[in-house]
Amino acid sequence: MRVTPAVELDDVSFGYRPGQRVLEGVTLRLGEGEFVAVAGPNGGGKTTLVRLILGLERPGDGRALLFGEPAHRFSQRRTLGYLAQRFELGGDAPATVREVVSAGRLAAGGLIGPMRRRDRELVAEAIERVGLSERADAPLRTLSGGQQQRAFIAKALAGEPSLLVLDEPTTGVDAETQESLAALLDRLHSELGVTIVYVSHEFGAVERFVQRLVLVRRTIVFDGSPQELPGIWHDPSHVHA
Amino acid sequence: MLESEFMRLALGAGIVIGVLAPAVGFFLVQRRQSLIGDGIGHVAFAGVAAGILLDVSPVLTALVAAVLGGVVIEVLRSRGGTAGDQALALVFYTGIALGVVLISTAGALNVDLFQYLFGSILTVTRTDLVVIAALGAVGLATVGLLYRALAAVVVDEEGARVAGVPIGGLNIAVAALAAVTVALSMRVVGILLVAALMVLPVSAAGRMAWSMRSTFVLAMAIGLGSSLVGLTISYYADLPPGGTIVLAAAVVFGTAVVVSAARGR
Repeated sequence: MRVTPAVELDDVSFGYRPGQRVLEGVTLRLGEGEFVAVAGPNGGGKTTLVRLILGLERPGDGRALLFGEPAHRFSQRRTLGYLAQRFELGGDAPATVREVVSAGRLAAGGLIGPMRRRDRELVAEAIERVGLSERADAPLRTLSGGQQQRAFIAKALAGEPSLLVLDEPTTGVDAETQESLAALLDRLHSELGVTIVYVSHEFGAVERFVQRLVLVRRTIVFDGSPQELPGIWHDPSHVHA
Repeated sequence: MLESEFMRLALGAGIVIGVLAPAVGFFLVQRRQSLIGDGIGHVAFAGVAAGILLDVSPVLTALVAAVLGGVVIEVLRSRGGTAGDQALALVFYTGIALGVVLISTAGALNVDLFQYLFGSILTVTRTDLVVIAALGAVGLATVGLLYRALAAVVVDEEGARVAGVPIGGLNIAVAALAAVTVALSMRVVGILLVAALMVLPVSAAGRMAWSMRSTFVLAMAIGLGSSLVGLTISYYADLPPGGTIVLAAAVVFGTAVVVSAARGR
């Protein structure tokens, strides 16, 4: 019996303008429960790949499926967790960690009226999982960059996602924080079995944890275990290279 | 002051608008759309002019024009980019130009117009107050029911979009709420000043509060306080109420800026 992949891209090509291809002939299957790093140079099409996976863009050619359904019409969107490239608060109000994480419960918990007890419990659980219980009621802007990142991961977790996509989650944080984030994701992957797609131009921090590494440069130029990656392609900027 | 019926009615209207304007304005300010209220005001002006020309209640025609204008502005804004920005400017200026032409045609380019531009809270009738209170209650109830969803969109619009939250519908709801607020606030602070009552209390609260919810509640308290203090000062000092209310809110904002700077925030 064929198991439905979490993500399935079949010979996908895409461009934002006619005649200009950002991605070409991309074929990719990610199984449920996989922890995959997608890497490549800036401008290589990683963020576009994320947008196609999540159904925010439709392929020019080929097809993009999420759990067997066309990605742009996926019926279970509330099971998608997403950290955008620039994870920063939209407004100026001093949102607390709990308020940020509660936002991640909206799609699953319903749009109208106050939160139910079960939703509040799941929010508290997500905050605890990322180790921010003691700062739960602190304004997000008083936290360090790494802690803010954890708060946004907790926000994604609060929706009980089947697929968690992180787009450049390590932008602007130091190597130690990158290591700590990678270890956190590894633990969440083991505990929750959630499919994780970690997209970054630098993959040194997660190389030890992911089962699979996909390198994108307009098309997929490598897809396999990080151990199989030719040495010359390893991220030279990282201590684990 | 309270022995005069016109002041009791004015205070009633001021209380409703003082709470409603910052409650709706909170979401505009957080989404960096502070000037949308101003833009809707321009379109509402065309509605007032149409009402005067057609001899229909200008408040009613302003309400219809403001809601339509608010929805159009939101649709254009959501398209983003330069084209969206220019389209917004087109709506703003077309609104005010249409208003001037219509009101000139009606031969009403005179002092009566000032009550809509700068407010005329002291001429609020019992019927006006009933309409303001009823629509204000509906507006506040809608904000209350949608607070969690609107706040989630403020926190992370893209994340909410991925998770299937109907962003477009929520944005239209905010635009419609802003339009109703503008139309109701015309009698209190006037079309030209309504955006100030939607923005200043929220900006002041953001400098003093410790969470989104406390910012929201504090903004409504500042809006209410500004309305009451502004009306009281205008009564005893014989000043225009609309301008006095907005100046009271501006003083709170200025104080909040100074205090938060002194505290290093």
